[in-house]
Amino acid sequence: MAATGAHADEHLEHGEHEGPLHEQYEDIDQQNESYIVGMWAFLVTEVMFFGALFVTYVLYRTRYQHDFWVSHLETNTLLGGINTTVLLTSSLTVALAVRAAMLKNRTGVILGLIPTLMGAVTFLVIKYFEYAEKFAHNHYPGPTFIPPSGAAKGPSQIFFSMYFGMTGLHGIHVLIGIIVIGALLYLWYKKRPVVTEDYVPTEMVGLYWHFVDLVWIFLFPLYYLIPK
Amino acid sequence: MSSITATGTIPAAEPAEKNYLNVTTTFKSWALTHDHKRIGVMYLVTIAIFFAVGSLMAGLIRAELTSPTGNFLESETYNKVFTAHGVIMIFWVLLAAVPGILGNFVIPLMIGARDVAFPRLNLLSYYFFVGGGLLAIAAVLSGGVDTGWTFYVPYASLYSNSQVGLAVTGAFLAGFSSIFTAVNFIVTVHKMRAPGMTWFRLPLFIWSAYATSLIVVLGTPVVAITLMMMLAERTLHIGFFSPELGGDPVLFQHLFWFYSHPAVYIMILPSFGVQSELLAAFSRKRVFGYHFVAFSSLAIAVLGFLVWGHHMFVSSQSMYQGVVFSLITFLIAVPTAVKIFNWTSTIYKGTVRLHAPMIYAISFMGLFIIGGLTGLYLSTMSTDIHLTNTYFVVAHFHYVMVGGAITGLLGGIHYWWPKMFGKMYPDRLAQITAIIVFLGFNLTFFPQFIVGWLGMPRRYHYYYLEPQFQPYNIMSSMGASILGLGFLITGGYLIWSLKFGAKATSNPWGAHGLEWTIPSPPDLHNFPTTPIVTDDVYDYEALDAAGLSGGVVAPQGVS
Repeated sequence: MAATGAHADEHLEHGEHEGPLHEQYEDIDQQNESYIVGMWAFLVTEVMFFGALFVTYVLYRTRYQHDFWVSHLETNTLLGGINTTVLLTSSLTVALAVRAAMLKNRTGVILGLIPTLMGAVTFLVIKYFEYAEKFAHNHYPGPTFIPPSGAAKGPSQIFFSMYFGMTGLHGIHVLIGIIVIGALLYLWYKKRPVVTEDYVPTEMVGLYWHFVDLVWIFLFPLYYLIPK
Repeated sequence: MSSITATGTIPAAEPAEKNYLNVTTTFKSWALTHDHKRIGVMYLVTIAIFFAVGSLMAGLIRAELTSPTGNFLESETYNKVFTAHGVIMIFWVLLAAVPGILGNFVIPLMIGARDVAFPRLNLLSYYFFVGGGLLAIAAVLSGGVDTGWTFYVPYASLYSNSQVGLAVTGAFLAGFSSIFTAVNFIVTVHKMRAPGMTWFRLPLFIWSAYATSLIVVLGTPVVAITLMMMLAERTLHIGFFSPELGGDPVLFQHLFWFYSHPAVYIMILPSFGVQSELLAAFSRKRVFGYHFVAFSSLAIAVLGFLVWGHHMFVSSQSMYQGVVFSLITFLIAVPTAVKIFNWTSTIYKGTVRLHAPMIYAISFMGLFIIGGLTGLYLSTMSTDIHLTNTYFVVAHFHYVMVGGAITGLLGGIHYWWPKMFGKMYPDRLAQITAIIVFLGFNLTFFPQFIVGWLGMPRRYHYYYLEPQFQPYNIMSSMGASILGLGFLITGGYLIWSLKFGAKATSNPWGAHGLEWTIPSPPDLHNFPTTPIVTDDVYDYEALDAAGLSGGVVAPQGVS
């Protein structure tokens, strides 16, 4: 780190960034670097959060190869594939929005965030129909669980527990994403300096959304495409 | 005491200076504060309350065990009492105490920052902590939890007819509280250091807090999701672990201990940092082997993630797995011993002053060495098979957690108390209390090593088939009374000092560090201008040469 007195001069530049700069920081660069480090630390916790579930999946998948394969035939690959496309597209649009934010192009940001938001909502709607299909066949864990024909009850129930647990937790993250992207869109629409003067809040939302996307990229093959 | 009379001479009509404590006084200004110092004080008050509740539970346990047939508790009530003791003490005292109180208060001061990187997140973390704690208290009041603090499945998920849901949700919130604090500390240490405050000029408390935060960020999410899976199994019958639902209960143990073993380093590492500060300040020497002590914290953080299986030697884990976990556990002793040896060398030829914080620091060394070495008995698979679930484990754990973590906390609170509140406590009384705590602690837990070695199992509330265990249990209960008395006296004179204590100077101990260059208590914004650091860490020689030791043969206000 720079061990100089130059920081004292930068102090004077406060007025320039009065909107987005918080009082604990010396300058906007320090604030932005802090935000980015904090966001990545948060994403590490998210990776560990999902990591425990992936470890659980690996264990049971290894133990119940056949039953997992039979049970996975119940998942709807077409809907899952559409959802994957929707999420990947929304990741592209949020990346375009972040680029527009860096260029202080407000229209570009809004045009990027609206399709992202629509993609997130579409994902949850499709997910609803997928869940409804499972519930119609009593493929949800619990006392009334009926395994797909050819699968043992216990292992198949674990498959669906993992399926609902992991896609459910991912769905909660999509829901939070809708709230956060919606809030960001509102701030841009209202021309709040906290986002218009500083691209980092937009980039942080983008990072979060890419993470949500990335989790799905692992979930889709694990539950929809597993080979025998 | 003579020190008490000496304090009666403060002029009554002193004009009040503005500092972080009195700059605003409304309830709202505290409840919604973003100031790291106020949040630290709020943690102090909150944790003191949880500590009192947890101690009360410990008192019930010790009272019950004085008789081989049990004195007054039903088996089920006893289960709930020791569970409440464990859950409250671990999640709402040990995990948060040093980072929450001392970390919040001193980290920005030590590195020359105006605040932590994310003050609002810091406040949110506090409210998650309190919210989770209230859920845990609600669980105790509405019937209690009988699973033990480990919440093992399938008992906790399918069979226990007690308030597991409330307690687990509380623990989940407390976990997120510590994640928020950890993210905050990592960013603060990386990005908020004052000019000239290089990584190797950081006080060792910062290094410890940083290593702790890394463990929290990597470990806590795992236990959070594991507890959620358990709760989903309990409430929605979404099976993950219970054999009845096709699952594997040992998987729960793996995931649980993947966090909960590193968690003991979350509890002890911050106290290691406090220990380095105390020994440097009261030996007036640079900490011997600064770099080794700093990196041993990181080594403990890394190795701590590779040893969880030693909690499962008697589960269905494979024998070869056990051997590997046992060997890696031995390795943990290396960085820990590096710390102990360097601390000892720090005292050697130092100008040692036995103020209360230093007495705590020295008793920390003794207690932690016993706690650490008995850990080797437990990491050796062959002896552990016999010692599993005996009082030997209980004694080992309390030697490292109370003898280590809590002693470090008490030392740190005594060290930074003048900075936090601008008041001196009676040093002589504090010295005597530190010795009472040390003696009471040893009398409580040393007999438990013996009775555990003889085979007394933990979590039993009677032992009438083995009445020869009674003398050890009576000794232990007597010790617990002395220990409790020590804590009460400590609380008493600390509160007393707030009103009647002598006014503290900015640097009552003549210690080195940025936090001692500003008034006690500090201003709202900590430093009038951002400090520029030009001297090395723990540079006591330069401090003495410049005559800045403040004539600290005895701290001000103490005769």
